[in-house]
Amino acid sequence: MIKIEKLHKSYPIGKGSLHVLKGLDLHIKEGEFVSIMGSSGSGKSTLLNIVGLLDNHDTGNYYLNGQLIENLDEKKAAILRNKFLGFVFQSFNLINYKSALENVALPLYYQGIGRKERNKIALQYLDKVGIKDRAEHLPSELSGGEKQRVAIARALVTNPKVVLADEPTGALDSATTHSVMELLKEINREGMTVFVITHEEDVAAETDRIVRLKDGIIISDEKVQKKSNRISYV
Amino acid sequence: MFDLDRWQEIFQTISKNKLRTLLSGFTIAFAILLFTLLFGIGNGLKHTFEKQFAGDSQNSIYIRSGNTTKPYKGLQSGRQIQFRNDDSKFINEKFEDDIQFFSPNIERFAQASYKGEQNQYTVRGVYPDYLPLESAVIEKGRFLSVLDIKNKVKAIAIGRLVEKDLFGNLSALGKNIVLDGLSYKVVGVFSDPGGDNDERFIYAPFTTLQGIYMPNDELDRFGLTFNPKLSNEEAIAFSNLLTQVLKEKHKVDPRDQSAIRVQNYAEGAKNVQQFMGVLNIIILFIGIGTLIAGVIGISNIMVYIVKERTKELGIRKALGATPNSIIGMIMMESIFITALAGYTGLLIGVFALKGLGDSLEKYFILNPSVETYVVVGATIVLIVAGTIAGYIPAKRAASIKPIVALNDE
Repeated sequence: MIKIEKLHKSYPIGKGSLHVLKGLDLHIKEGEFVSIMGSSGSGKSTLLNIVGLLDNHDTGNYYLNGQLIENLDEKKAAILRNKFLGFVFQSFNLINYKSALENVALPLYYQGIGRKERNKIALQYLDKVGIKDRAEHLPSELSGGEKQRVAIARALVTNPKVVLADEPTGALDSATTHSVMELLKEINREGMTVFVITHEEDVAAETDRIVRLKDGIIISDEKVQKKSNRISYV
Repeated sequence: MFDLDRWQEIFQTISKNKLRTLLSGFTIAFAILLFTLLFGIGNGLKHTFEKQFAGDSQNSIYIRSGNTTKPYKGLQSGRQIQFRNDDSKFINEKFEDDIQFFSPNIERFAQASYKGEQNQYTVRGVYPDYLPLESAVIEKGRFLSVLDIKNKVKAIAIGRLVEKDLFGNLSALGKNIVLDGLSYKVVGVFSDPGGDNDERFIYAPFTTLQGIYMPNDELDRFGLTFNPKLSNEEAIAFSNLLTQVLKEKHKVDPRDQSAIRVQNYAEGAKNVQQFMGVLNIIILFIGIGTLIAGVIGISNIMVYIVKERTKELGIRKALGATPNSIIGMIMMESIFITALAGYTGLLIGVFALKGLGDSLEKYFILNPSVETYVVVGATIVLIVAGTIAGYIPAKRAASIKPIVALNDE
């Protein structure tokens, strides 16, 4: 689903430049639940931005859904984002004057789907994340966990190939964190590729595969040893 | 452009961000309102001046005679100069190209009566050309005709107020009025922008009055308008020449100021026109100034709005909004608000001017009003400015990388 080869990215800082990603190779298959771990400055957000087509890379190859990403102009990138990618941000990034339902329906607006139809679909997804009853509320009237659920519903509403989550629990308390991670797991169980960025070990441990990043280089990439899901027989 | 869904999206943004909408709308409405009011008041000043000089045609010249004050060519001073019919012919032949309308003139104060109602009026014996000379307009019937002159008919055209005085609400047309004991038939009623005085005149055929009041072929004065193609300087030169020639004909000293007096509106008009020109420039300056202030106001607000919305635009882009859809959205909002607010300001301004009406007449402001095309033009200018003002920041916002916009706090 996502294939990255020798990816480099640097940002100009003053006269020099900051080399953030130093030749990453990463392959994420369809249906995987992957987390990228790293301290701040490790390049994990940059990686997500490039994968999410929010930023472009300098050198190397990036294939999204088998398609080589190169020479993207803003318009093409916008269409690809809308079609293949769903975003969940740390700060939720909901539009504050739109209700939960309208926020969820917005990506469908950019697909040119009619108002009635997109509200219907959006309501289904709000139901899926368990806050159908909050549909008409503004983000300011929702709790942090509810806001993130709205954001997740919005990420899912276009039925994308990959959900990209940037510190999805960074602004939440531990109980809410757990329920949001459960929701992401559930989505993953239904076959969605989920790509989470975090610096919390607990959060990463909930995923199936942890990729550790340090100073722009992948230092480890391993499957999580799951605790047995079997009920212990007495 | 006429996508209903897109408009719904825009209406929502506008209505959910009332303060923002109100601020930008207010600036535009206020700019147009100020523009309309200032322009209207400026026009009111103009109207006052126009009215002051509206009594007679702007290019009219009146020639009167009096007594000589200087001896000349063996003739004593104190001699009375009398115009006669041959002077009419002389002037007309000599200055055929320079004269537009011409009428010799006999003026008498006469007692007029109709069925017991009576009053004193100025009666003028004139030629048909006299009507445009006074800028008078026939309201009913007709003015005196060439046939009336030729046949010395006892026909009269009376001022609107003469009709009102003598006939009340009835029509004077076709009725007979007795002037100094002789009966005249009313053939027309006229109005005159010169005011009440000018609407209490009675005009009769020149030849008729000459036969009744004047011995032989004497007459009182001449009224004429010069060819409007003449420039101001040419008109003054023409009237000077006219004076000189007439003085020569009547053997009057060229320096004699009272024997033959020529009153040329062109000399007064010159100053008035200069003044009006300055006034026009001031009004134009005020108008353009207000518009520029409005344009700057809109530009500022649009820059602010786009800045404030950077994060929202980033979210929209992350969710799949193309740069063009972002630009389109901001510009349509901008145009919609500008057009609506501009129209509101225009309406308020126009109604305010209507409400003012002539209440400021003592401050020399008469009927303050604006031409529709001026305000519509101004509104269009503001809309175009709003569009451009919206386009530049919208274009910039659309080209910001979504990740930068998302990080904007």
